[in-house]
Amino acid sequence: MKTIVTEIVQEKLEQFLNQDVYIHIETTNGAYASHHNAKAYNAGVFMRNATIRYEQAKITGDESSYRIGLKTTNGWVYAEGIRQYEIDNQDRLLLAGHDQEGRLMVALQISATPFSN
Amino acid sequence: MESHVVVIYPHPDDEAFGAAGTITHFREQGVPVTYLCGTLGEMGRNMGNPTFANRETLPSIRKQELIQACEVLDVDLRMLGYRDKTLEFESREKIAEHLLTYLQDLQPSLVITHYPAYAVHPDHNAFGAAAIDAINRMEHEKRPKVWAQAFSRTHLEDLGEPDVSIDVTPYFETKFKTISAHRSQAAGVLGSIDPDTGDLADIIKEKLTTEQFYTWNFIE
Ligand SMILES: [Zn+2]
Repeated sequence: MKTIVTEIVQEKLEQFLNQDVYIHIETTNGAYASHHNAKAYNAGVFMRNATIRYEQAKITGDESSYRIGLKTTNGWVYAEGIRQYEIDNQDRLLLAGHDQEGRLMVALQISATPFSN
Repeated sequence: MESHVVVIYPHPDDEAFGAAGTITHFREQGVPVTYLCGTLGEMGRNMGNPTFANRETLPSIRKQELIQACEVLDVDLRMLGYRDKTLEFESREKIAEHLLTYLQDLQPSLVITHYPAYAVHPDHNAFGAAAIDAINRMEHEKRPKVWAQAFSRTHLEDLGEPDVSIDVTPYFETKFKTISAHRSQAAGVLGSIDPDTGDLADIIKEKLTTEQFYTWNFIE
């Protein structure tokens, strides 16, 4: 994945406006968080192939942590901690943030077709 | 001597960190080993360091890493096609039946799996429990021995010392190569075992010297 270029991400977000899209959204601190640190506990969520339609989309923040907000017809999709993007060979927008060791902390992915399951 | 060993773990790399030395020990005796790997680790957090995978490319990358690791170990690999992080939500019964079809076909004398409730990751616990359920369904005479692997914080306190302890230092080279085959995962996992050392070989040499198991007691 590449470092965020806001113009490119903003343009890609807008290409998916007002159409049904598939979302993969995820955040995690890992399945071993409490195993490695007794004071920590595991927290995470993912949703794969949620179908939404959004009418407004924005990337904000700076290189330390970008935020993405998608305004849907009856709610919002939000992700924070995004630092990298990729438009893959299936024309999907993959957005993610990783810790210093390259471990994924947050992901938001948008596609016109379903993600593999 | 064993006639056939079947390893049942959910993730590509569980065999590398957990049992590569033990598997090598059996392969050197000429014992056939089959690895039933539950998932492709699709939801893994490690994307390589520096990152070279993403959520969508990770499954095929880890599949190739798994195939390569199994070539290093010289074991027969079967990929069972479940999805990472979801095993505990599948029907335990269906997974047990699925595993049973392999066990009836392979007729192992020994099965290595995770110790349910003591193997930290919910997938480990769920897959280990399904494996034990599957073996419970077999006729007594056909049941293999089971070595169950536990490593939760409380496993020693609750279960006592493991009765099987394999010194894997003679198999260091193979264990190192097997772990290294899981290129997207090796650095991240070993880094969390010992964040101060950058050298993977040293961590494996010093921290991963034995592989330990509990012989499962089937209640008649
Ligand atoms: Zn695992």
